Amino acid sequence: MSPAQVSATRPAPDGEGAREAAWTTLKKTANLYGIYAIGFVSLFVLWHLISVYLLSSVLFPPPLPVLSKAAELIANGKLFEHVGFSMMRIAVGFVLGSSMGIVVGLLMGSFLTVRRFMDPYVETLRFIPAVAMITVAVIWFGIGEASKFFIITYATIFIVILTTAAGVSSIAPNKTRAAQSLGATRTQIFFLVTLPATVPFILTGMRVAMANAFTTIVAAELVAANHGIGTLLWESRLYMKIPEIFVALLTLALLGFTVDRCFRWAIFKFAGRYSPVT
Amino acid sequence: MSLISISGLEKTFRSRQGANYTAIRDFDLEIHEGEFFCLLGPSGCGKTTVLNIIAGFDHPTRGDVMLDGRPITGPGEDRGVVFQGDDSLFTWCSALQNVEFGPRLRGMPKGERETHARKYIELVGLGGQEDKFPVELSGGMKQRIQIARCLANEPKMLLMDEPFGALDAQTRTIMQEQLARIWHQNETPVLFITHDIDEAVTLGSRIGVMTAGPESTLKGIVEVNLGDERRRTDDDFMQVYREVYDMIREEVLQSLSREDQEEAA
Ligand SMILES: Nc1ncnc2c1ncn2[C@@H]1O[C@H](COP(=O)(O)OP(=O)(O)O)[C@@H](O)[C@H]1O
Ligand SMILES: [Mg+2]
Repeated sequence: MSPAQVSATRPAPDGEGAREAAWTTLKKTANLYGIYAIGFVSLFVLWHLISVYLLSSVLFPPPLPVLSKAAELIANGKLFEHVGFSMMRIAVGFVLGSSMGIVVGLLMGSFLTVRRFMDPYVETLRFIPAVAMITVAVIWFGIGEASKFFIITYATIFIVILTTAAGVSSIAPNKTRAAQSLGATRTQIFFLVTLPATVPFILTGMRVAMANAFTTIVAAELVAANHGIGTLLWESRLYMKIPEIFVALLTLALLGFTVDRCFRWAIFKFAGRYSPVT
Repeated sequence: MSLISISGLEKTFRSRQGANYTAIRDFDLEIHEGEFFCLLGPSGCGKTTVLNIIAGFDHPTRGDVMLDGRPITGPGEDRGVVFQGDDSLFTWCSALQNVEFGPRLRGMPKGERETHARKYIELVGLGGQEDKFPVELSGGMKQRIQIARCLANEPKMLLMDEPFGALDAQTRTIMQEQLARIWHQNETPVLFITHDIDEAVTLGSRIGVMTAGPESTLKGIVEVNLGDERRRTDDDFMQVYREVYDMIREEVLQSLSREDQEEAA
């Protein structure tokens, strides 16, 4: 339970009680985020210790030079350019893959006929890793943006289809029956029961798909691209620019973390109150 | 004319292994306007099966099931259903939104349906809990929200499947009193399913006793003429209890011995 909830469920205290309650809330918040911050800092400290004292080597730079290289790449705009390309590709592919995945998943979950028809597609194609599709994507679409969009869509769609369909079939039959007995038509049941009941599953599927999209975009850019975090990695390796490699890795870690937190937050916001899935 | 009229009902469940199970057979029942009909029977005898057929969730294998003289073909807003468990509540909706659900389907304007829903939340004694979500409510509160959700839809009749079965004894007693009060206020006919004789005698205006399955049927009906104020310690209460008890005892024993046999097999 978050500190905010703890204080919200208490009756409004007065005087002495209020101060005490505020103090407890503060302590709890400090505890929660303090430990979090310490954990984060320790990550960098450990990195520093290992790279300086344990594995002292030009091949494993400590955090400070990496951070100053990052500052340089930020200042000359190069880092944002690469990040921008990668994120744009992820965004387009992810939106395409998720929206198609949600529609197909809802249809598969709701109609047995659709499920039977689509099963052969989903149950075979999903076993081809998106990374393996890079080869054909480049052959079909060239090394331009279209191939990246295709690959990210591919990396996203099956995960979202499967979790969405699973969400639909896990709806308690009594919910649908209750809606029918209250006079709901099929369309009303779809929009007022099936859809909201499936939202936590959809968001969870999208969160997993996003992690997959990150892995895949880097691989795609390593193979065929002129910009992007994957390109930064690949070119830095070609010229043995070790700090640049680590800047790229650090960027991936932080970007992934931020995007995933946003999803967790969204899941909690939209679904946490009624269905603790996180 | 009866509100619900069932004649020659048979329900056979087909299993994939080929072993069919006839839960209900030669079942006849009439439910009238304004009555509180309790259907009582040992667990597993087919009470839920009968309710599901009246609700339109399931179809008879044979026989006629009529509402107001017309055959029942599917679920409808004229029959409000209160389910055995609490998994029928819409977990993404607050208590108020759950109760508003029926009026919302019929396009009642927002302000009007909120006032309407609040009235029924008040009626089941949950005023002040409107904004809570089902996870934040106790078992008894959830059942009352289910009841309010049904009543707010103003159905022709209520179908209740052991609505208090999962509650502790104290809460159950209070819920029974509240339901009796609500029923006296609004006289919506009720089909109430239970396996608890005490509950049936407390609430019912008639009590139908079912035989143990398979091929369960209606063994008999006990008229309850006890008035509104019923106390478990009153002589006439105990007399009705006795009458129902004698009728059902045999059936419970039979269903128990069948379970023993199944365990031994
Ligand atoms: N869908 C079904 N398929 C097969 N058998 C069923 C099904 N539903 C109920 N039954 C069987 O029918 C009998 C009556 O069930 P039910 O109506 O739920 O009993 P009750 O509500 O009186 O406890 C039970 O023996 C049960 O196993
Ligand atoms: Mg039952």
